[in-house]
Amino acid sequence: MIALSPRSLDEAVRHLADDPALVPVAGCTDLMVRGPEALHRMDRVLDLLGLPELRGICAVSEGLEIGAATTFTEIRHSAAIRAAFPALTAAAEQVGGWQIQNRGTLGGNLANASPAGDSLPVLLALDATVILAGPAGQREVRMDGFHTGYRKTALAPGEILVRIRLPHPPAGTVQAFRKVGTREAQAISKVVVALAGHVEGGRIAGIRLAAGSVAATPVRLRAAEAAILGSSPGLVTAERAGRTAAREVQPIDDVRSTADYRRFALERVVRRMVLGLT
Amino acid sequence: MSTAFLLNGRAVEADGHPMSRLLDVLREQLGHTGTKEGCGEGECGACTVRLDGSPVLSCLVPLFQCAGRRIETVEGITAAPEGPLRDALERFVATGGVQCGACTPGIVVTLASLLASNATPSREEVRTALAGNLCRCTGYEGILRALAPAEPER
Repeated sequence: MIALSPRSLDEAVRHLADDPALVPVAGCTDLMVRGPEALHRMDRVLDLLGLPELRGICAVSEGLEIGAATTFTEIRHSAAIRAAFPALTAAAEQVGGWQIQNRGTLGGNLANASPAGDSLPVLLALDATVILAGPAGQREVRMDGFHTGYRKTALAPGEILVRIRLPHPPAGTVQAFRKVGTREAQAISKVVVALAGHVEGGRIAGIRLAAGSVAATPVRLRAAEAAILGSSPGLVTAERAGRTAAREVQPIDDVRSTADYRRFALERVVRRMVLGLT
Repeated sequence: MSTAFLLNGRAVEADGHPMSRLLDVLREQLGHTGTKEGCGEGECGACTVRLDGSPVLSCLVPLFQCAGRRIETVEGITAAPEGPLRDALERFVATGGVQCGACTPGIVVTLASLLASNATPSREEVRTALAGNLCRCTGYEGILRALAPAEPER
């Protein structure tokens, strides 16, 4: 058994290049639920929590960069995130309970690639860019290309997720986050939705809608966006957005909910969010 | 593989698979059975301990990530309670905050962490802090009264 705890990103990338079977881990909140037997079969892990390059929240010229190993507690307490990206604060406040928020990381939510990951629709709606590091250096992947299939990501073998960049939203942008679960806290989402949009001269001048738990990956609701871009905000527009969103997704029946309920909830949540655009 | 950390202020070493759950190491190797296993999958909060001062679920913490860290269990946190925690624990008993008791150690660790940063939490703050601790007996009312006694019952 090898459990490596590197102290720099370069060191971590070298370890991973030398031994591609290493499993990078951070807060372990998704990993550990596999149970002791499965965990004891894991024989090579690479701890990312000690990498300073993956920590912290800092302003850059384009917006804000968040280290991949930043916990949801750190996100919910960040005044800079709350000021510019309140939808992300809202998601961080509703990921699990306090104990999970103290351990779970934004990068872990991305790399674990569950279609139900609460932060993922927010990152889509906020047009995030994901920064990866590998033996050949760093590269950037747009958030809407990061999840490539059910629990699959654009991370190549040997690559580590380093930071997430959120661009400054246009002035007057309205943001919203809504999670529908069995209860308010600590529940895996039945449907999770995020919106970022702005109105200029009485028309919706920009809109990004995204949802989780309604397809194999978190998805942009592009048909719903197209159906309302340029329209005047209001009930007719909001109802069109909800109906279109419900038609464009491919939810399934599973232990947490049914496809029918997910479409129904998505339609209502999207309608209400679009009504909030002013 | 041996992992050294501070347990309730005392230096300890634990042997085990690096991916062993901290919960199992505490209970089976270090004799700290105050920490309970409820669901074992991060839902119920019964196994809450403090890691470097923050409440975490010990069923979801692998042993190797504890190296050099500070772990506090319910035994350490309640050994000599002072101030708001002592008062809250006394009220906790008086208000019926304990019924079957399976969730109590985890709830006490979470509440002690809340009180460490906020000596007079509101009911809403207590409810938010306890979002990750399930209690199936009390309906939480006794627990809420123990922590936020000044506010009327609903």
